[in-house]
Amino acid sequence: MARITASVYTSHVPAIGAAIDQGKTTEPYWQPLFAGYEFSKKWMKDNTPDVIFLIYNDHATAFSLDMIPTFAIGTAPDFQPADEGWGPRPVPTVIGHPALASHIAQSVIQDDFDLTIVNKMAVDHGLTVPMSLMCGQPKAWPCPVIPFAVNVVQYPVPSGKRCFELGKAISRAIASFDTPLKVQIWGTGGMSHQLQGPRAGLINKEFDNNFLNRLIADPAGLAQVPHIDYVREAGSEGIELVMWLIARGAMADMAGGAKPKVAHRFYHVPASNTAVGHLILENGS
Amino acid sequence: MALDKPYLNVPGTTVFDAEQSRLGYHLNQFCMSLMKPENRSRFKANERAYLEEWPMTEEQKQAVLARDLNRCIGLGGNIYFLAKIGSTDGKSFQQMAGSMTGMTEDEYRAMMMAGGRSADGNRYVGEDGDAQAHRQPQGKAGQRGAA
Repeated sequence: MARITASVYTSHVPAIGAAIDQGKTTEPYWQPLFAGYEFSKKWMKDNTPDVIFLIYNDHATAFSLDMIPTFAIGTAPDFQPADEGWGPRPVPTVIGHPALASHIAQSVIQDDFDLTIVNKMAVDHGLTVPMSLMCGQPKAWPCPVIPFAVNVVQYPVPSGKRCFELGKAISRAIASFDTPLKVQIWGTGGMSHQLQGPRAGLINKEFDNNFLNRLIADPAGLAQVPHIDYVREAGSEGIELVMWLIARGAMADMAGGAKPKVAHRFYHVPASNTAVGHLILENGS
Repeated sequence: MALDKPYLNVPGTTVFDAEQSRLGYHLNQFCMSLMKPENRSRFKANERAYLEEWPMTEEQKQAVLARDLNRCIGLGGNIYFLAKIGSTDGKSFQQMAGSMTGMTEDEYRAMMMAGGRSADGNRYVGEDGDAQAHRQPQGKAGQRGAA
């Protein structure tokens, strides 16, 4: 049987990708941020999974206003890094895991979550920046990745509660896959940021750190927080944090297992317009 | 019965909901077209002519030509779509976000380095934070524009 070994949470700011691609990671502006991921890159080498299930949002890249699915699962054999307006990032092609992805789609849809199955999709910084932060700059990514895109661009976006319950359904789906794969589930985006209007630049350290505390210790309670609290307290784009609840909902303690171990926690302001948060939670073996 | 939209009383903020999305469909799809290099070149060669190919309102076209992102958002634009105009212009996301505050690039960057904008006074319309309508524009760039 496949099983979830750990969950990883990280912001996915595009400027972080640009800093990596342009060799700026040791500059004074960026050095403190990348220092926070040194542990993570080593951890990733020591704990490489067979598959990463990566929850992110598309930023008007693969999905235009012609069509925006609320939840989309990538079932293709590979996914190309997107040209977001300044050429594609120089990162490896993302190799998918069609067998596990279609198994999860089948199971989760029958569990009442209406996923859109996507067989052709370019992936933007929302997916590739977390890969770069955790894996550095390899010639090929260390394992296959199942992209899972959540609409957090066009309101109404799914609630925290729905995301949390979806995570539980994904964990049941993975547990029913017959091949003994080690799977990591990553929730990305956030933390507090607002990219628009006279309120642009909003950062709320207190909200963010409280979110990290509750994500670890009280995820079911955190899942009850309504959209408006994210918008008011963490900025209009801070709503991306609901995606972290999908990954958290998939951890073993939410299905009667042991509480996860906090392997790493990091918080930094700023990266461009955004507060960067990062957590690694391990399930017991 | 009207739908509940509690986010309408957050100052300096436009939530891109289904209604805004309807208003901004063609504006946002124009932005999307700038992801192709050949379209970026055609737009840069003659912005007005390129915009005429899209069934956008005249107000939306003027807002794009003026690079007035606040106005674009008011007319249904979404920041992730509008960002394609910024990347066509060679602007970073920080420059684009900063342009909506009235601050100079240096002022906005300094605010972020100092920990960003506080939520205090900026949660509800009618408080006295720096994002409130009666305190616009912020910073020197906006004051120059107003003079």
